[in-house]
Amino acid sequence: MTDSVYHIGTQDLPLTNRVNQIPEKAVEEYYTSGHRTCQGCESALIMRLMAKAAGPRTIILGSTGCMYVANTTYYSTPWVVPWMHTQLGSAGSAATGTAAALRALMRKGKMKEEPINVIAFCGDGGGVDMGVSSISAALMHTQYNLLIICYDNESYANTDIQISGSSPWGANTTFTPPGKKIRIMYKNWKKNIAALYAVGHTKCNYVATGDASYPADLIDKVRKGLKEPGPAFIHTFDPCPKGWDYDPFYSHKLGELAVESGLFPLWEMTNGELTYTGVSARHVYGGRSRKPVREYLETQGRFHHFIEEDYQYFQSEVEKMWTDWAMPGVIPFKLGADPSKKK
Amino acid sequence: MKRKLLTGNAAAAWGARLARTDYVPAFPITPQTEIIETIANWVDNGEMDARMVTLDSEHSMITAAGAAATTGVRVFTATSSQGLLYGMEMLYTVAGWRAPFVLVNVSRGLATPITLEPDHNDILAARDSGFLQIHCATCQEVLDSILIAFRLGEDERVRLPVIVNLDGFYLSFTREPVEIPDAEAAGRFVSSYDAGNIPFRASAPVSQAVAAIGGTAYSYFRYETHLAAQNALSVYEEVAGEFTRRFGRTHDAVETYRSDEAEYVFVMIGSFATKAKEAVDRLREAGWSIGLVRPRLLRPFPEEQIRRVLTGKKGIAVIDQNLSMGKGGVLYMELASALHGQANVPPLVSFIGGLGGRDITPEEFYEMASVTRTAAETEEIPPPRLLYTKGEIREVRKLQAIAHAERLELEPEK
Repeated sequence: MTDSVYHIGTQDLPLTNRVNQIPEKAVEEYYTSGHRTCQGCESALIMRLMAKAAGPRTIILGSTGCMYVANTTYYSTPWVVPWMHTQLGSAGSAATGTAAALRALMRKGKMKEEPINVIAFCGDGGGVDMGVSSISAALMHTQYNLLIICYDNESYANTDIQISGSSPWGANTTFTPPGKKIRIMYKNWKKNIAALYAVGHTKCNYVATGDASYPADLIDKVRKGLKEPGPAFIHTFDPCPKGWDYDPFYSHKLGELAVESGLFPLWEMTNGELTYTGVSARHVYGGRSRKPVREYLETQGRFHHFIEEDYQYFQSEVEKMWTDWAMPGVIPFKLGADPSKKK
Repeated sequence: MKRKLLTGNAAAAWGARLARTDYVPAFPITPQTEIIETIANWVDNGEMDARMVTLDSEHSMITAAGAAATTGVRVFTATSSQGLLYGMEMLYTVAGWRAPFVLVNVSRGLATPITLEPDHNDILAARDSGFLQIHCATCQEVLDSILIAFRLGEDERVRLPVIVNLDGFYLSFTREPVEIPDAEAAGRFVSSYDAGNIPFRASAPVSQAVAAIGGTAYSYFRYETHLAAQNALSVYEEVAGEFTRRFGRTHDAVETYRSDEAEYVFVMIGSFATKAKEAVDRLREAGWSIGLVRPRLLRPFPEEQIRRVLTGKKGIAVIDQNLSMGKGGVLYMELASALHGQANVPPLVSFIGGLGGRDITPEEFYEMASVTRTAAETEEIPPPRLLYTKGEIREVRKLQAIAHAERLELEPEK
């Protein structure tokens, strides 16, 4: 195929490693005032860090969700980079189409050849439920450089907090209210979405998880995702005061507790190698032990109906992620015994 | 220029090739797939300088097409039937993006029950999406219409995506002699695509397709799109006129066949209209004063032309290859609203036929002419009528008898 011959290359933006090492130039903001997100909205912070990390030579597509409606309602916008809306199930294909068009323009000499970042974002509705097929297709096409970011606030938050494939076990949402007869309406465990994309797309060079409570880690992951040739995917964990029912003051703290309890491990898969990052690295490679998940749960109103056995069940499931899984929080099974040696 | 025997699908592929398409996002569905297969061969053999990418669904395919057209490349894609409906959300969305590209729909009836053969319920479901619609009756028209469609959709007064429609099987798989324009001449006609005033470029921070809450701005944008679609009427005349001057073939927004002096007229769209032409010739030989009117452009709807060619007639037989459940034929409704309130409006008689690829025979055309004349003379307009023969109903009754007998065998006590 002639397609593989033409490579544009990618932007190689400097890594920060620590917050105080964020280079001066990167302080420039590309997601600024003009949005109407809630106080304490971590998804808005993800947008800001993502745009800051990507820099000015970037095109962003946003699928339907909070980060569409709360950010870009005629005629206000926080985006200082070109931005366009796409529908809920089509973040992946909007990125593919845009990257393909830029490539065609450069290949045919209609545009100066340069690496331009193409980022599409979606919420958990667009990245974990409806848009899986479109993102999967985007991650298959290794000739296009693009990054898909799923900002996960664990519900359909834009439509008044309904359960999604990314919601946690037992959460109180408007579709799963705890009642007198049934206390725990939602009995599914959160979909393991980043690993699903990483494992299923064997030529995809970069998949990571991130959290706005760890901004330097997140900025670097966005930059690595943009630097690696081909498509990349990042899943972020975004505490949501409205949807999770807590005081906005606790957003940052909850982001930390999710990682510190081992509920949402931070990791990145680069070219076939997976490493844990930040606090999660210390949990896996040694140096720090995990906090109980109880404080994380108790801080949020969506778990207020929990009784003792619910806390214990939740904790036991987190324990399984760390003891029974081949890779904690990533690969939920182990290599079994040789069947020929079974008795 | 060369003359070749081409299927409707191959003619569509030639249209995309001659229009110097840059990007072809694709997804397979019968009976459209041959178009993309043809393009894939050309791309891989270096005969067409485009990139082809298979996506995961028509929803994604239309998203990618719209995003690429917005970014500034010429895009062609194709689908059919269930595929068009699967992408329906994005049809409306990319039309609102004002992203011009050409989508060929190879018409096929919709489920349930499922079929592979054509009728127009699929394409008419997209009627209100903002896509312009050109309906073809011959393979030559398919090729020519794609070239015209790129010019029409990309025109700065229009800037809308265009669907070029052809009937599955009857056109998609039927070979007809097609004149393939010289690549240079076709290239000059379509010229190069200018993304215009929507610069989706790095360091040009414009937010597009933002939400418009509250009806005021929303109404404005929707109405702007409507006006753009209406502009396409006069732009079509210009573009089709230029096409005629350059290539010698005429493709009017409304084709008329022996209808100028006719008392009675058949009205229908698509390839089955060629059957109507044959019926017109036979009926003329038998002394009838009858003709055919075939709208090629369905969106925008060429209302003025329709009024001009239909008012003053004695009777109109409208043949719909579609069925709007609970109402009737869609083309019939379109014509009725276009003619309402005009002087000398003839009676419109509605027929539903050709569903799921069912043939419409010459005898049925004669019968429709006769029913329409009776309606005109008695001033009693019959309700919409399904074309269905006694033989067919006998066939269905036989199947029902077998099903009934088998049911008795399975549940003997009842």
